[in-house]
Amino acid sequence: MAEEMRIVLRNYGKIDPLKIEDYLAQGGYKALEKARSMGQAALIDDVKKSNLRGRGGAGFNCGMKWSFAASATADQKYVICNADEGEPGTYKDRLIMENDPQSLLEGMAICAYAIGANQGYIYCRGEYPQVIEILNQAIDQAKAQGLLGDFDIEVRSGAGAYVCGEETALIESIEGSRGEPRFKPPFPPVQGLWAKPTIVNNVETFANIPVIVDKGGAWYADIGNPAYPGTKVFTLTGDVNNRTFFEVPTDTTIRALVFKFGGGIRGGKKFKAVQIGGTSGAFIPESLLDTQVAFDAMSAIGATLGSGATFVLDETRDLVDVSTRIAKFFEHESCGKCAPCREGTARMHELMKKLNEGKGSSKDVALLEKLGRVMSYSCLCGLGQAAPAPVLTTIKHFPADYNAKLM
Amino acid sequence: MANYKDIINGLKDKQGGIIEAFHALQREYNYIPEEAIAEAAQVFGVSQAQAYGVATFYSYLSVEKRGKYIIRMCESAPCHVAGADEVIKAIEKHLGIKVGETTADGKFTLELTECVGQCQATPVITVNSEPVFNVSAAKVPEILSAYK
Ligand SMILES: Cc1cc2nc3c(=O)[nH]c(=O)nc-3n(C[C@H](O)[C@H](O)[C@H](O)COP(=O)(O)O)c2cc1C
Ligand code: FES
Repeated sequence: MAEEMRIVLRNYGKIDPLKIEDYLAQGGYKALEKARSMGQAALIDDVKKSNLRGRGGAGFNCGMKWSFAASATADQKYVICNADEGEPGTYKDRLIMENDPQSLLEGMAICAYAIGANQGYIYCRGEYPQVIEILNQAIDQAKAQGLLGDFDIEVRSGAGAYVCGEETALIESIEGSRGEPRFKPPFPPVQGLWAKPTIVNNVETFANIPVIVDKGGAWYADIGNPAYPGTKVFTLTGDVNNRTFFEVPTDTTIRALVFKFGGGIRGGKKFKAVQIGGTSGAFIPESLLDTQVAFDAMSAIGATLGSGATFVLDETRDLVDVSTRIAKFFEHESCGKCAPCREGTARMHELMKKLNEGKGSSKDVALLEKLGRVMSYSCLCGLGQAAPAPVLTTIKHFPADYNAKLM
Repeated sequence: MANYKDIINGLKDKQGGIIEAFHALQREYNYIPEEAIAEAAQVFGVSQAQAYGVATFYSYLSVEKRGKYIIRMCESAPCHVAGADEVIKAIEKHLGIKVGETTADGKFTLELTECVGQCQATPVITVNSEPVFNVSAAKVPEILSAYK
């Protein structure tokens, strides 16, 4: 079975995050120097070769994304780090920023060099004021040492809107507007912040970059599952013994996550379900636990890797109750811009509440399935498209929980 | 207390900085006063309706007066299965208020929130954005007694 492997958390517990000297002593900022000596084209090629794919949920090839922004001509380009981390059960980006902020800044500076940007933003969720403080200090230290060159980074604070994790809503929010997603295309690498070419990458994605540049794309491509190589940080919650975090290669199975790293189910109870990727993830039954956690392996079983949040439930849990709670989340977080999501999330919550209170029938379950299907292809952004997943997958894999509550 | 005009004007050179201004105001007053929204609209060159639209879009921001200590209970799924409902009931009982209300002495406001990213120690509440870990109904009186 796979062992833990720390790339993005390589300095966790080893350095004082507020001392840039510690980061430098671990070889920090050597990768930025190397990147600048490689030249932009060769650098982007090497990132492409690593096959690093976004750790924020969509899994897009990072080097490819950078190449779009690099080839765009504009008087100004931007690098944005998505540190909104709103997906319930997720705290991996906080771990990176709290324990090793410089590796994020170095990753952003490498990206800035690759695409030709001189302004960066870190959009950090408002619920992390302590992290914002750390980031600001880290930026000051990197600037004082002259490490960032002409690249400037500013931290902007989110304000409690889950949808602002979606990259175009995030951009709207930095511009000072309501965080409503934009129609795509144009995609941010072509037209993003203030209509300029913009790269948006997740914290964990950026934290991988210095190591990839240092050791080479080929080295990275060889780790874990070849279609989604490298490592992934998982945060375990719910009914597992070890409610903590792990960084593992992407060929690790869900079973190993829950039973090896998670230490199995609390209180000697039996496993019932696991939801991976955050609150918009699918609920996965025992029979699918031997799936690898890599992006496409998860898609193949109708699940997602998402943020890596891993929410485990034991045999005593009522999935109708849990899914009702989740349906309320989406009703609350829908931004209201598109009708299928605004209406759909409200109706979904209404139907789930009815079922959860024992007042629903099998007709309501059938209606939920239809509503979920329609939402998954008609909503404007990933929020509404993914919102039905927990409901649809619990209906599919755990029908007994629903049947027990029907009128 | 700092003047709201000074707070807003201190940030006027930040492009798109109205949300940063709202955060700064909220740090000072615990909410965003109406006259400050009007001022921010003017300084950042948007209509008052737009500024109000922004302030009310974000759940971390409040346009209503709140207490000295803002308690937020996480009710996302991991905290939910760890017993968030019982904790909410215990806080409501201890303070004699419901979710969304402020105690008569203006000390505590109770709100619900979604995940605050501290899920290693569920259930979680935050008090003025400082997380409190592994909360239980039994521990509520002791936890709250620390806030004078
Ligand atoms: C509703 C919604 C919420 C999202 N939340 C986040 C988030 O909190 N953090 C994040 O990095 N990406 C989030 N994303 C994905 C972003 O839109 C985007 O794909 C990502 O930041 C790109 O970075 P990456 O390629 O490095 O993953 C979210 C997407 C949606 C639809
Ligand atoms: S689920 Fe409550 S803090 Fe994350």
